[in-house]
Amino acid sequence: MAKFDLNDDGVVVIVGSGAGGGTLGNELAQKGIKVVILEAGARNEIQDFINNEWESFTQLAWKDMRTTSGSWQVAKDFPNLPAWIVKSVGGSTVHWAGASLRFDEHEFKIRSAYGNVPGANMLDWPITLAEMEPWYTKAESKMGVTRTNSIPGLPGNNNFKVMEAGAQKVGYKQVSTGRMAINSQPRDGRGSCQQIGFCFQGCKSGAKWSTLYTEIPKGEATGNLEVRPNSMALKIEHDASGKVTGVVYADGDGKQQRQKARIVAVAGNSIESPRLLLNSASNMYPDGLANSSGQVGRNYMRHMTGSVYAVFDKSVHMYRGTTMAGIIRDEARNDPSRGFFGGYEMETISLGVPFMAAFLKPGAWGRTFTSTMEQYPQMAGMWLIGEDLPQETNRITLDPKVKDAHGLPVASVHYDDHPNDIAMRDHAYKQGSAVYEAVGATATFPTVPYPSTHNMGTNRMSAKPRDGVVNKFGQSHDIKNLFVSDGSQFTSSAACNPTLTIVSLAIRQADHIASAMQKKEI
Amino acid sequence: MREVDRRSKHSRRTFLKGAAAAAPAAAIATSIPLGIEDAWAEGATTLAPATMKTLVKVARDIYPHDFLVDSYYITAVKPWDGKAAKDPAVKAMIEDGVKRLDQDAQDRHKLPYAQVAWESDRVTLLQGIEQTTFFKALRSDLVVSLYNQEAVWPKFGYEGSSAEHGGYIHRGFDDINWLPKA
Ligand SMILES: Cc1cc2nc3c(=O)[nH]c(=O)nc-3n(C[C@H](O)[C@H](O)[C@H](O)COP(=O)(O)OP(=O)(O)OC[C@H]3O[C@@H](n4cnc5c(N)ncnc54)[C@H](O)[C@@H]3O)c2cc1C
Ligand code: SF4
Repeated sequence: MAKFDLNDDGVVVIVGSGAGGGTLGNELAQKGIKVVILEAGARNEIQDFINNEWESFTQLAWKDMRTTSGSWQVAKDFPNLPAWIVKSVGGSTVHWAGASLRFDEHEFKIRSAYGNVPGANMLDWPITLAEMEPWYTKAESKMGVTRTNSIPGLPGNNNFKVMEAGAQKVGYKQVSTGRMAINSQPRDGRGSCQQIGFCFQGCKSGAKWSTLYTEIPKGEATGNLEVRPNSMALKIEHDASGKVTGVVYADGDGKQQRQKARIVAVAGNSIESPRLLLNSASNMYPDGLANSSGQVGRNYMRHMTGSVYAVFDKSVHMYRGTTMAGIIRDEARNDPSRGFFGGYEMETISLGVPFMAAFLKPGAWGRTFTSTMEQYPQMAGMWLIGEDLPQETNRITLDPKVKDAHGLPVASVHYDDHPNDIAMRDHAYKQGSAVYEAVGATATFPTVPYPSTHNMGTNRMSAKPRDGVVNKFGQSHDIKNLFVSDGSQFTSSAACNPTLTIVSLAIRQADHIASAMQKKEI
Repeated sequence: MREVDRRSKHSRRTFLKGAAAAAPAAAIATSIPLGIEDAWAEGATTLAPATMKTLVKVARDIYPHDFLVDSYYITAVKPWDGKAAKDPAVKAMIEDGVKRLDQDAQDRHKLPYAQVAWESDRVTLLQGIEQTTFFKALRSDLVVSLYNQEAVWPKFGYEGSSAEHGGYIHRGFDDINWLPKA
């Protein structure tokens, strides 16, 4: 395994080892480029994962302080936990459920497709679906996405079968166990899904793709990739010409180190990435790095979400088997006659008893709540995930008061629901309930959003430098050798889960970086 | 379909034996007539036994599950004693909270909280303090400390950790048999 010198200024330093950072690291390493990944979290491997929701959360989740404001429900229910994401090698691909869908064509050009929606900061991506298709294909092959590359779909579990039967009754046509980055048959040195049912807690069979045990060891095997766990990037430095020169980070002992770099790529997920750029402000860049547009941290998107749980008179045992292998796509289309722009998906979801108690109706108590809890084995559940619109005022800022262990301001997350989100959520609650009522649900529960698992948009792509932070390759408009490689590049959020697009963009970005390096452009 | 056996894995008797063993030796040696049911509360070091017992009642009233015996609620609230021992602010919060609740109960029913007979009356009292730090801290702690006990999961028909059993691939992940045929 490679070990690079702190003063080696020929390396690419990537901050974060998740979907974006882990993929970029491996792709570059495969091309012979030297890479150091700084990862704030520890290295927990498959054998360390725990089939216990709270214990696993404690082991893997990002729990460092954050603050919140805005009209979104999460600020009320979980004021210091705006997002449910991972701080561990592999990033949120350790927690993720594996749903891997492509954007639709119109979702890359929301400004053109939906017009200038009041209150939203609408913009088209500087890339189209046609340009992305070959990269999507590569990503699907890399991740082993079912129903692509001749990989069969996963078998449906009980939770799926309930949703499927209901969907058929209400006339939905696009219902399946989805496109999942979970092996339905052995592939790429990993076995097939054992229906363990703890996909969110780290897949103990390795059937689910995660950079932790795919991209990262493959990159390490080339001798070009070094992953440094317990290494929290604090500041990106630059020289007098404005080019970035390295990253100051705190190592496992809390000691500050400086890793020099030829290129820096930020992939700390959409809350930490803008925070790092803002915390890197200097005399030359007083508003933070790559922020001449003032868009760093803005346009934070987290998807319109919510869940519908339903109770039946007979058992379901929704927790058995793959957590999210089930989808209804009929509402994903853009059809403003429903009262909102964009669309949403319904995906199966299940929580165990401990998380169900915490998330079914945060703050609720008394017999109404406990009688619902007692119906747990007869419950089915779906997650609603739809496009939310970018708003300039939904943003990550540096908290004026609260500091982290290193003395740096923590991220403050502000989010107001747009009327479009609210209209969509109401529609989705109604449709979700209808699906279950069609097969005899005796009660349905419209459940409020969980802390954000999907975080996007805070360093968005734009054709023009004044509209966003990075160009179509994730390269910052202001600084040539500074890249953004995670979901914060998203110009819009689309109706689907983000990771396939993050991975596709990272593969594409690696190509761009390699050729720019070869041409000595950076 | 494979159903989950919801019966207790360990009996109430075993638990009480364990609790009795933890009761202060002095109390047993001097054979102070100490109801075995109450022994656990005497084991508290910082909070008064009466306070602990009220906490258990409050815990049950917040999340009433009639199929759960007191031992689960005791396990859930017991750590407050340790937290109170470490932090005087916590101690004050709990003691003041319980005092206020008892006072409200006295005003309305001429009884301490734990002796108010009807759950609905106690719930009304709790609603009166719903916005206090005491109630909020207790409830938000309880939603984890009660439902995160492995021993309660089978009672909710939840099977917990599954990897060591080979997942559900051969244990009923798709055994639902009552859905209408498509
Ligand atoms: C429970 C759950 C279920 C999900 N299910 C799905 C799904 O089914 N489909 C889907 O598409 N997506 C899903 N997601 C979302 C998906 O996991 C994320 O979209 C994706 O992993 C984001 O990639 P990223 O590269 O932006 O960030 P991450 O994967 O979160 O990686 C960021 C990494 O950077 C590290 N980091 C942050 N700041 C620093 C710093 N300053 N220094 C060093 N390291 C730092 C973090 O510790 C982390 O490891 C799910 C997420 C969760 C939590
Ligand atoms: S259900 Fe499948 S993908 Fe999910 S944790 Fe289990 S083996 Fe992994």
